[in-house]
Amino acid sequence: MLQSGKEVVCVGLLDNIHMAFASLWANKMRAILTMLGIIIGIGSVIAIVTVGDSLTGSISDSMQSLGVSNITVSLTEKSSDDSSATTTTTTGRGVSIRMFGPSQPADEDLITDDMIADYRTAFGDEITAISLTETMGSGTVPVANSSDSASVNITGVNLDYQTAESIDVTNGRFINQNDLDGTKKVCVVADQFVSAVFGEGVDGIGKSFDVTVNNKVYTFYIVGVYQYEADGTVALTSSDVTYPMYVPLTTAKKLDSAAAGYQSFTVVGSAVENNAAFMQNTEDFFDSYYTRNQSWTVSASSMETMVSTVTEMISTVQVAIAAIAAISLLVGGIGVMNIMMVSITERTREIGTRKALGAPGFAIRLQFIVESVVICLIGGVIGIIVGIALGTVGANLLGYAAKPSLVAIVASVGFSMAIGVFFGYYPASKAAKLDPIEALRYE
Amino acid sequence: MAEPNMTDTPATARAAAPLIDIRDLIKTYYIGRPNELEILHGINLTVWPGEFVAIVGESGSGKSTVMNIIGALDRPTKGSYLLDGIDVQSATDRELSAIRNRKIGFVFQTFNLIGRTTAQKNIELPMLYAGIPARARSSRAKELLAMVGMGDRARHQPNELSGGQKQRVAIARAMACNPALLLADEPTGALDSQTSRNVMDLFHDLHEQNGKTIVLITHNPELAEECQRILTLKDGRIVAERKGSGVRGTA
Ligand SMILES: Nc1ncnc2c1ncn2[C@@H]1O[C@H](COP(=O)(O)OP(=O)(O)OP(=O)(O)O)[C@@H](O)[C@H]1O
Ligand SMILES: [Mg+2]
Repeated sequence: MLQSGKEVVCVGLLDNIHMAFASLWANKMRAILTMLGIIIGIGSVIAIVTVGDSLTGSISDSMQSLGVSNITVSLTEKSSDDSSATTTTTTGRGVSIRMFGPSQPADEDLITDDMIADYRTAFGDEITAISLTETMGSGTVPVANSSDSASVNITGVNLDYQTAESIDVTNGRFINQNDLDGTKKVCVVADQFVSAVFGEGVDGIGKSFDVTVNNKVYTFYIVGVYQYEADGTVALTSSDVTYPMYVPLTTAKKLDSAAAGYQSFTVVGSAVENNAAFMQNTEDFFDSYYTRNQSWTVSASSMETMVSTVTEMISTVQVAIAAIAAISLLVGGIGVMNIMMVSITERTREIGTRKALGAPGFAIRLQFIVESVVICLIGGVIGIIVGIALGTVGANLLGYAAKPSLVAIVASVGFSMAIGVFFGYYPASKAAKLDPIEALRYE
Repeated sequence: MAEPNMTDTPATARAAAPLIDIRDLIKTYYIGRPNELEILHGINLTVWPGEFVAIVGESGSGKSTVMNIIGALDRPTKGSYLLDGIDVQSATDRELSAIRNRKIGFVFQTFNLIGRTTAQKNIELPMLYAGIPARARSSRAKELLAMVGMGDRARHQPNELSGGQKQRVAIARAMACNPALLLADEPTGALDSQTSRNVMDLFHDLHEQNGKTIVLITHNPELAEECQRILTLKDGRIVAERKGSGVRGTA
């Protein structure tokens, strides 16, 4: 007879939710202001996670296409600590003082063909390919029978480049040793480039065209056509696309009147799983050439390390914003607690009446916790919507497709409910413990 | 002080055990503090099932204090109180909630309907706390609304009802869990005479047709006279007890 059954909890839940909405609806403005902290907190978390995930997602997508295992070996300036020490002690003897910003290595600092040949011999089987390049820059090619022009990005490459960058030659051949030895003006171009310049369905092999680079005009013969895959960057019309065009390394060097060495080159290791050790050995090998060089050394890095650097950077920013969001949520939670205290004071007589009608303490507590959870949940949902909207705008501005994180959304819903329970518990318990007579007398 | 004669109860009720059995009830406020204040100085009161009792007395005499103790909203400081055989003094808070829920129906001077909640939902509230399923709650609430003549106002909220209508909804709510005992503290105090008449008639109906035991506090002597027994409280003591007509008036 006197059992006051827990079933009340289940039976009453819907009514409690209904009551919570009714009481929030009666104080719409107050409820929205109270939710603001939660909205800002959840919104900023979702926005930043959306932007961050889109960014890392796109990076790892492009990483896949670029080949993760490729190692970039490049000249780097020796650590600034050493150089500043050198600078201060030896200024008098005319040591070049390095200013801020990157400086250019002199011709004698560059990595030479001999070093690379030695390197190839020393490591033998461990190396699958060494890709050497010389960037000639962008050029324009007039379109046949039209006043339009197509743009290309010309890179001088060696034989291994095809392997290292997985160039898929669908017609003709890639640059060969003969081209390199003879510094021939031949090239490998994109299939879409051929269509754009010579027209749809034209076989480009054997055709020649003029390209203007740095106000100089060169004529190149097409020996090969590769399948072009657009990367992530968005092109509005096909005329905006810049097609990569490959020429023999020696030709590029000659046309550019470039020095014989390289600032960097790409190595493909034969065993991806040993990349870390291989990179270390590579650095050690080249170090021996640069021990006496005062400002330059060689370092090896891979897409993997670059990607993880970028990802680390992004997660640092995310942590910082998460901290701000956490503070916002804390303030929001306290705001909810405050408004619950006010609400309970306003409704003291109601609480007294409910107790007189036989409401046990836990039913009163549940009622107000539900109300607090409902406030936080509505705030959380609005925050999620605002966050996804902002995150999408942000990701689009950065040129990536937005990838709203389902995990973050589910976590946000859970977290806002938890805030509701946490900050609603104290006021609700206060209400549950009210003396019925005092509450009924409350003016 | 000599206790009033308590044997003068209706013959029909005397056969059963008393519904309310209060012995030497003392209520003290601010216990242990310098301003300790004894409000009730030893009340003895027995109410039999099916009785209609009025409590009268001047303002501040302790009527509401007694009523709150009868209604298990408050515990006596000293003395014993058995409600339908259950010792209220030793009951836990949870048990007191259940007693209020199942055994007692409260009617207040100021109605105390829950705002922004329809008449029907207000009536369902005690049943909600009793754990009665939604469908049963709803049909019982409609039944009660019809009984108090408010069948067409189920969806109205308190701020859309007149004082008399609110009190009728409040009486329906008090009846929700079909309690044995109805307690009304100045239920007509905020109503005009005609509306008071209607509300009082409703109590008579519940007493006569549903066999409810009713304890009613009133400042209106005419309404008090309509009850079966009239107790007069003065300075925390029952100073007089007499029979009323027990017949509804026409005023
Ligand atoms: N919580 C309390 N603390 C201290 N004193 C109280 C408290 N509640 C009631 N009293 C005192 O108890 C006395 C009786 O109050 P009570 O409300 O029972 O009177 P009443 O007979 O119902 O009066 P009225 O007819 O005006 O409603 C009053 O003197 C009042 O001041
Ligand atoms: Mg009173």
